[in-house]
Amino acid sequence: MPAPPSPAPSSPGAPAGPAQPAAGSPTDSRKRSSSVRPVLRDRPFRLAVPPVSGMLRPRLLLTGVLVAVGTFTLFCWGLAVGDYPVTLPGVVKALFGAGDPGTVIVVQDLRLPRALTGLLVGVAFGVSGAVFQTMTRNALASPDMIGLTEGAGTAVVAAVVLGWTGGLGLSTLGLLGALATALLVYALAWKGGATGYRIILVGIGVSWICTSATDFLVARGNRFEAEEALGWLVGNLNGRTWGQVDALAIALAVLLPVALGLGRWMRTLQLGDDVAAGLGTPVQPVRLALLLTGVGLVAFGTAAAGPVAFVALACPQIALRLAGTPAPPPLVSGLTGAFVVLGADLLAREAVPGTELPVGIVTGALGAPVLLWLLVRANRAGSGG
Amino acid sequence: MSTTDPRPTPSAQRRPVGVELRARGLHLAYDGRPVVENLDLTVPTGRITAIVGANACGKSTLLRALARLLAPREGVVELDGTALRSIPTRELARRLGILPQTPVAPEGLTVGDLVGRGRSPHQTWWRQWSAADEEAVRAALAATGLTGLADRPVDELSGGQRQRAWIAMAVAQGTPVLLLDEPTTYLDLAHQIDVLDLITDLNRREGRTVVMVLHDLNQACRYADHVIAMKAGRIVAEGAPAEVVTEATVEDVFDLRCRITPDPVSGTPMVIPLGRHHHDGDARETEDAVPAALD
Repeated sequence: MPAPPSPAPSSPGAPAGPAQPAAGSPTDSRKRSSSVRPVLRDRPFRLAVPPVSGMLRPRLLLTGVLVAVGTFTLFCWGLAVGDYPVTLPGVVKALFGAGDPGTVIVVQDLRLPRALTGLLVGVAFGVSGAVFQTMTRNALASPDMIGLTEGAGTAVVAAVVLGWTGGLGLSTLGLLGALATALLVYALAWKGGATGYRIILVGIGVSWICTSATDFLVARGNRFEAEEALGWLVGNLNGRTWGQVDALAIALAVLLPVALGLGRWMRTLQLGDDVAAGLGTPVQPVRLALLLTGVGLVAFGTAAAGPVAFVALACPQIALRLAGTPAPPPLVSGLTGAFVVLGADLLAREAVPGTELPVGIVTGALGAPVLLWLLVRANRAGSGG
Repeated sequence: MSTTDPRPTPSAQRRPVGVELRARGLHLAYDGRPVVENLDLTVPTGRITAIVGANACGKSTLLRALARLLAPREGVVELDGTALRSIPTRELARRLGILPQTPVAPEGLTVGDLVGRGRSPHQTWWRQWSAADEEAVRAALAATGLTGLADRPVDELSGGQRQRAWIAMAVAQGTPVLLLDEPTTYLDLAHQIDVLDLITDLNRREGRTVVMVLHDLNQACRYADHVIAMKAGRIVAEGAPAEVVTEATVEDVFDLRCRITPDPVSGTPMVIPLGRHHHDGDARETEDAVPAALD
């Protein structure tokens, strides 16, 4: 265990050398973050006996709790509505196996797999988007923009139309497609190290190649096959089973702690590769670990529900603004993702009576304006995002 | 702001930290194109060294190699006799800091948060904000005059304040060696002097070894104890400013004819470029001088 010696870094109490015209002289009349209420200001905490210390971020914590409560509410609400309506208290009771046995069966066996898939897919996409956006320092670099979900789609459609399933389920094929696309993007973007900017440019190119290939396959296939493929391509939570929940839950149990564990390095990577390296970050290994984690999350999520559009792009940006952090907070991004997917699914089921829209159509319709807004902002900043 | 005598008085109050940075037989290349060839260099400990030279002479490349941002093709960079490549990443970051040219902070990141991130080589996942971290950040903010701006987002600061915030981050890192790649780029003259004064403070008060790439020869002469002049990937001359910055060396390194006169304030060499339109002794007739050599 490393015990940093912390060489007395600077003479304490040394007065500032040059005259300081700066202190307090506003360059800009806006005082965005000085106006944060004192209760929500970050403050350090330090324990003496286990030498644990860190920064307490009340606003981040509060945002996380509120989004979690909202997500749980939507989760229960989703379990309550349907052909056999259950009250919200009834749902909560049934979740714990209490109450009317019929209700328990409806809630636990029939509706829970769908709700859990939505929850976990949202978490997976939200965290994955946060990881990608942080790694590349670009809000546009979410997995649904750099070709990973498109690659998963191409693999699935190719299998359906060409009949090459090789005994694998559609979900597994989607997973393999996303992983293969990620490797392709990383390999093409590699030039003595892969920078975030190159990953985005190459990713957008690869994304279009995949989209074209998918369109070609759908056009070539017969109507029945094409419809089956299109149904998957749009992102759907209908008819989810416990098998899909289990696979996704296991993937999250492994990948989520990895993503959170990499958070310390993500904080230095946000300052740019050279600065991060100067601060002792093993840049390329960390970047590869982040890429694999992000790809794994989006691949398992896509395998379970198809490419639910814009969740990975928009939710980290929403979370960042709610929590007031300079980069997307991974956990809150995941919770926001779950909130959005569950909310969109509820809307998809209830908006048009008698039909169940695929959840991807709703997130797509809601997400497109978010994308436009990000593009406009990126243009205005002149930094490309 | 700057005192009338910015030259360091003979190193009386310095307490150099015994860390020696040197390069031996260094060959550096970008994309297979050789940039620096067979370069030997010993950085004077506890002093300010300025690397100067024309564009694309390899000075930034050399700085990157000294910071291990670029692996040498041949040769070795050593810190206290140990090759950089065999020093663990985190340990290196506790001994040597680098500030690249024009770094960009994420939108909304506050000055305090940025400076705090300079402490990351000293932190572990369970100890992310020790008392030493807090003290280092406080001292770095005070030394750079940013204490009052700690809660302000970096992107809302002026160019000079922003550069000071990045330097504060490097200061909080607490390394005995600090490498700076063109720390004054894109700053107006007053802010350039402000940043260079700050770097001098860090060197004089805390004895940190500073190596910086500078474009302005007069500033290099004024603020550095040791000047390294590079041309086409080689060191042409190095030593005290008065030894290095001569009319002959400037003409060789920059392909520019000039006169050297003592800086009226600091007494260090001051470069007066000649150019095609101005010649010795024709200060009166510059308006009417029709250049004969206009092609």
